[in-house]
Amino acid sequence: MGLRNKHLLGIAELTVKEINQILDTAQSFKQVATRPIKKVPTLRGKTVINLFFEASTRTRASFELAEKRLSADTLNFAVSTSSVTKGESLVDTAKNLESMSPSIIVIRHGSSGAPHILADICKASVVNAGDGMHEHPTQALLDAFTVRTRKGSIAGLKVAIIGDLAHSRVARSGALIFSKLGANVIACGPPTLIPPDFARLGAAVSYHIDEAVSNADVVMMLRVQRERQQEAFFPSQREYFDLYGLTRARMRLAKPDAIVMHPGPMNRGVEIASEVADGPDSVILEQVSNGIAVRMSVLYLVAAAHASEDISQ
Amino acid sequence: MILIKNGTVVDPANQIHGKFDVLIDNGKIIRVGRALKAPRASVINAAQQIVAPGFIDMHVHLREPGREDVETVQSGTAAAAAGGFTAVMAMPNTQPVNDDATVTRFILDRARESGVVTVLPCGAITAGSQGEVLSEIGEMVKAGAVAISDDGRPVMNAQVMRRALEYSKIFDIPVVDHCEDQALAAAGVMNEGYHSTRLGLRGMSSAAEEVPVARDVILAKVTGARVHIAHVSTRGAIQSIREAKRNGISITAEATPHHFTLTDEAVSHYDTHTKMNPPLRSADDVAAVIEGLADGTIDCIASDHAPHTLEDKMLEYDQAPFGIIGLETAVSLALDRLVRSGCLSIVRLVELMSLAPARLLKLPSKGALSPGYDADITILDVRRTVKVDVRRFRSKGRNTPFNGWELRGAPVMTIVQGKVVWAAEAHDAGGLAGDGLPMVVDDSNMK
Amino acid sequence: MTRHTFTPLPAIGYVWENGKYLNDESACANIQTPFRFMKIKRQVMTGEGIDLALSRIAAEVLESHQGQLDNLAIIGIRRRGVFLGQRLAQRIEAAAKRTILTGILDITLYRDDLTTISTWPLLRETLIEFSIEGKSLILVDDVLYTGRTIRAALDGLIDMGRPRRVQLAVLVDRGHRELPIQAEYVGRFVETSDDEIVEVRLAELDNEERVVVVEQKKAGDDA
Repeated sequence: MGLRNKHLLGIAELTVKEINQILDTAQSFKQVATRPIKKVPTLRGKTVINLFFEASTRTRASFELAEKRLSADTLNFAVSTSSVTKGESLVDTAKNLESMSPSIIVIRHGSSGAPHILADICKASVVNAGDGMHEHPTQALLDAFTVRTRKGSIAGLKVAIIGDLAHSRVARSGALIFSKLGANVIACGPPTLIPPDFARLGAAVSYHIDEAVSNADVVMMLRVQRERQQEAFFPSQREYFDLYGLTRARMRLAKPDAIVMHPGPMNRGVEIASEVADGPDSVILEQVSNGIAVRMSVLYLVAAAHASEDISQ
Repeated sequence: MILIKNGTVVDPANQIHGKFDVLIDNGKIIRVGRALKAPRASVINAAQQIVAPGFIDMHVHLREPGREDVETVQSGTAAAAAGGFTAVMAMPNTQPVNDDATVTRFILDRARESGVVTVLPCGAITAGSQGEVLSEIGEMVKAGAVAISDDGRPVMNAQVMRRALEYSKIFDIPVVDHCEDQALAAAGVMNEGYHSTRLGLRGMSSAAEEVPVARDVILAKVTGARVHIAHVSTRGAIQSIREAKRNGISITAEATPHHFTLTDEAVSHYDTHTKMNPPLRSADDVAAVIEGLADGTIDCIASDHAPHTLEDKMLEYDQAPFGIIGLETAVSLALDRLVRSGCLSIVRLVELMSLAPARLLKLPSKGALSPGYDADITILDVRRTVKVDVRRFRSKGRNTPFNGWELRGAPVMTIVQGKVVWAAEAHDAGGLAGDGLPMVVDDSNMK
Repeated sequence: MTRHTFTPLPAIGYVWENGKYLNDESACANIQTPFRFMKIKRQVMTGEGIDLALSRIAAEVLESHQGQLDNLAIIGIRRRGVFLGQRLAQRIEAAAKRTILTGILDITLYRDDLTTISTWPLLRETLIEFSIEGKSLILVDDVLYTGRTIRAALDGLIDMGRPRRVQLAVLVDRGHRELPIQAEYVGRFVETSDDEIVEVRLAELDNEERVVVVEQKKAGDDA
């Protein structure tokens, strides 16, 4: 029962049982959001630090709301306001924060593995809110939760993940979670943006969007950053959209009840056409509201794992 | 006068492998023979131990001048002695870069004042290792440089490299190239492959090493100069070198202990002690390195000892500097993972760690136990088990992925020009001394 | 701690009865005291007793809610209160020949002992699919003991709206209150000592119907 580890560093470390428990618990928290008072006293007296080394509006807002609804005391450390800009190392920052005795540190960092460093030196539970090009586990969990809510179950579904797989932590966590939960995952993008051996994360690989979208139950689009063009990964946004953009015509290849997801923020007209993003198949806004319930679930379960570690010592 | 008795002498240059005594005096080898007698000599009992010509590490970063907080000539050479090395080649990427004779002389002065083992400076190929203008190679060679290299900031421009190779022929010195095409390496921080994909770290393709190795093979052929490939790490690069050698091209290569012991899977926990350049490669590449060491494609083992402060290494993986220390683990790793495992004979190992680097660097009286040669001797105990413990390191560096490893086979004594500069003590084995006793020195007046 | 000296225990919270473990996890789902095991000391209610008590409570509820059944809702507290609440509602529905609103409350998020227990309970869903605003609620639980569960349940309910009134129905009141909480409807009062546990066993979870008092023994006391 519960998570084996008091940290949530990535989907790679989770068992199927743990993933399902996080999703089941999120279901309970979703009910809380429907009430007039959307707050429970569960983490009262506990401090949660949001340590954001990268700008992020939605993930941070989502975590903050989840923490507040659990009655935790929250503290936001953002790059612009912390001493990180003065050259303080992650280790020093972490030691400083540790002296505030937080129960949980939520970290977003541009370097892959930064949450692992934090987990090594801190007593607090560490929740990865996105590290470099590595993982974004809460995004994957909320994606899985959204699909499960819409489709009933995940096993056997065809999930297409399309875009810049090389630089995307959402792609890695997504491929891992959907393949662990028994979906047929197909990862698609230009070969320049598919890292070696991506298939070993549990996804078939295709260079052709029509093949990926064909008969899909879930189409998950990834953000393509404009600077990739300067790095010669593809010639132009126009050609990218032509070859890999999700249009209404392409969505016709998917199952009639297929859903479209995007972790945001979207580049309309680069990876996704507005008519699809705002269309009837899009569950993009649902993803946002599910994010809060999933993050409450994660915070509750890591706090529970932390409690069991503390008391058994 | 010292008499080393009853050891198993391994001296590939003289085709000696057997029980002999070694008599040394005045810093020189007097003779190697059976049942030697020297009544006035101090006696070292080397029964059950290997007596070899002094090991030479031709790829060491001593960090002096410039980063004396990280390592000094004194601490680096003390580490070398404790690792069984009698000479080290000091790479030129100091601050300032060893690109002119004054820096070369400074390093040699520091070595005379505080060095524990012989220091062989390596000069820079280009001024400031900027890859543009040749440095005053002649001046540096006159001052004592034995090779040139832009290690760490390799010469990207093929024409500049060609000129450097041609120019090096005046002095008949090797040009040591760290082969890395920086555009192909694409700011990578580890080997490109499944593990870089999984960990979300930028990968360095093996092509980034293999393309410049292929270039160097062609340039070596065109110029006839002596190219030495530093720390070769991929199967493709090794294959290029193997073919080049078969075609009679003057190319040599070295490999590091970490490239024959660890794979890129070791990066899994984002431990920055697994970050070095070239990076840890795949299991297939590790196998290729061992094959290359065995079949002669790779000429020598060098540590690429690269100390960094823990503060520098305690950073995010992509922010931390490349490099690990290796002087105090190289010999044990080679004995355990290459000799004990049966991949190499002890004779081949001595060739790789002593004879080959001595010949490569044209060191006139090193790499063999011939009469009149420098009395540089490394004594090994292949049955001694050691547990790597960074707290005992002489190096100022602590950045090694091998801390805590138990290894069988270790150096037990280092003699430089007739002087015992280091001897293992019982506690150096980390309480795990094998059945072979640590060195017993019979006579106290030996010092 | 003695936990490591008592190894043969197959899992947390298993019940020892008649010389063997009852290998039914649900039989001890309520028990939050790991590494202890229990011996039944006495039976305090039979299956028939439970039936009778519920029927009596149903009659009392009907009487006190005459003309107000529209506003009545029965809320079972997870886990056994859910089944008792359903049975109570069925009885009321049968007698009044109309449907009664029911809901399920999970109090986990409101517990006051999360900082002291090592095994946090599995969070389950609260299912109250109507507004409790202005309703007359009857909370149902199996055993009333310290009153802390009811305190948590009240906090949980009030976060969902402002009921007109909340009453409490329990199958067993065993005393030892730690908070000023009383039940309007009680199946049976049972005298207990502090080291005893009252277990309500219901067919839905335990394959039997009875209420027993078990002795709580420290692990290793006897084996």
